[in-house]
Amino acid sequence: MPCQGRVRAVAGRAANLVHMTSSAITASGLRKAYKDKVVLDGIDLDVPTGTIFSLLGPNGAGKTTAVNVLTTLMTADAGTIRVAGHDVATDTKAVRAAIGVTGQFAAVDDLLSGRENLQLIADLKRLRPAESKQIVTDLLERFDLTESAQKLASTYSGGMRRKLDLAMTLVGKPSIIFLDEPTTGLDPRSRRTMWEIIRQLVADGVTIFLTTQYLEEADRLADKIAVLDGGKIVAQGTPAELKRQIPGSHVRLRFATDLDLDTAARILTDATRDDEDDLVLRAPSDGSAKSVRDLLTQLDTNSLDVEEFSVHTPDLDDVFLALTGKTNTKVSA
Amino acid sequence: MPSSTTTMLGRNFKHTLRNPVAVFNAILFPIVLLLMFVYVIGGAFDIPGNYIDYATPGMLILTICYGLSATALSVNTDMTKGIINRFKVMDISRSAVLSAHVAASMLRTVIALAAVTGVALAFGFRSPGSFTDWLGAIGLLVLVAFATTWITVALGLAAKTPESAGMITVPLVMLPFLSSAIVPAETMAPGVRQFAEYQPFTPIIETLRGLLIGEPSGSKALVAASWCVGIALVGYVWSLSTFKKRA
Repeated sequence: MPCQGRVRAVAGRAANLVHMTSSAITASGLRKAYKDKVVLDGIDLDVPTGTIFSLLGPNGAGKTTAVNVLTTLMTADAGTIRVAGHDVATDTKAVRAAIGVTGQFAAVDDLLSGRENLQLIADLKRLRPAESKQIVTDLLERFDLTESAQKLASTYSGGMRRKLDLAMTLVGKPSIIFLDEPTTGLDPRSRRTMWEIIRQLVADGVTIFLTTQYLEEADRLADKIAVLDGGKIVAQGTPAELKRQIPGSHVRLRFATDLDLDTAARILTDATRDDEDDLVLRAPSDGSAKSVRDLLTQLDTNSLDVEEFSVHTPDLDDVFLALTGKTNTKVSA
Repeated sequence: MPSSTTTMLGRNFKHTLRNPVAVFNAILFPIVLLLMFVYVIGGAFDIPGNYIDYATPGMLILTICYGLSATALSVNTDMTKGIINRFKVMDISRSAVLSAHVAASMLRTVIALAAVTGVALAFGFRSPGSFTDWLGAIGLLVLVAFATTWITVALGLAAKTPESAGMITVPLVMLPFLSSAIVPAETMAPGVRQFAEYQPFTPIIETLRGLLIGEPSGSKALVAASWCVGIALVGYVWSLSTFKKRA
């Protein structure tokens, strides 16, 4: 019956749509080697649409190679990659039409002005003249480049070049944007501006794939982080999940005298002495108000005076240091 | 809506306009050489007829070669400064970037050739060649420019840095000196003479000279054209393969 067939087709399209909206980028078994040096050794990724995914790793971990393979700049040796619902190997043109890429080094034309750089990309994207003029003006405005729009890009500062670079990436409204270390070499102020821009993009529904070596950046921006080391994903999860994997959330107590310290050590049986400071005890704690209050009450009832007190929760630095450099320990969130 | 190639061409033209010194330099150097050989050195050569009539064809070829270092430099800058990666991840034709470089380079060359021809005419160069001979000469110059430009694009793509790309065309500038551009090959020392007789620029310059003095030689023209087609083909294939390899 033709009617049934129609229903099935619609259902099929709906299912397809659900699939497309759920994942912006998927990769499985991704491998890439240069001659005999394996750079990516079987990587699996899944980036939901409209989220920020951060690939974190030390220098030389393979972050840029991963971006190059995902953005069609390089072909993978093995594995399947789908970006915006298209297979990177077989449907390269469709992938290119859907993505925007901002690499590690500002890809701007030094001999063109800021406006001309944006216009160049608008022309290459075949936008209508009236439309492109509007888009170029809007982007210059949005990135605070209107005043320097007529100046050659070679006269721009590092931060301005990065902004122009990202603005060029945004011409034509890509749905997925790859940012390879977008804030490396930027001053703290420009870095914050860049973060703001990235957050705004995600609010508009764009998916961001971000590589960075700044843990703070991943912590602040990313919905999900994957730690890449030695060509493998050694951990994956939300920033909170990753931090939870690292034991070491504790309360640091500093006492005035050895006597106090000894007494405290007898009461708090699971506390350990600090290696660096012999007047300090480290008591395991999840950092919640209740557990801290209980701990302090315990000390109080024994009339122990604490000279200095701090709650230490592991940050991504701890996670990073614990996870990288030891490629054999695989932790999953 | 312009195609990617015309958009890229517009970009290269802007680059040329922003860097008038390069164009000026590409015109000035051949003119200085022409005047130096005609008025300073050329008098010592035992060449029948007006020396400027003998030297001009060679100088025109030298003009083509001299302008190429700017092309190598601009191709290499695209490759090393990162902008190429932006173009590569866009849904545009891969050859657009290279074709635009070739077209812009040829336009610069045509301007330089016109300027050098004008100066040569002003200083007494006369050509008894017919209109068709001139058309043939222009065709040959364009063919030489096309072939050497593609080789230069390949060299510019292969060079590691813009600095080395600027130097890489030096052999192309030197080759016309080791041909019959300035003096006939027969007058050269053994070794150099054989080299001069068999290298591509000698048949090319001889053909051009023949056309300009109104005595075209079909056999020489065939050799010259074959060289040009061969060089263009090697340059084109080499360019594309290097372009694909460099991410």
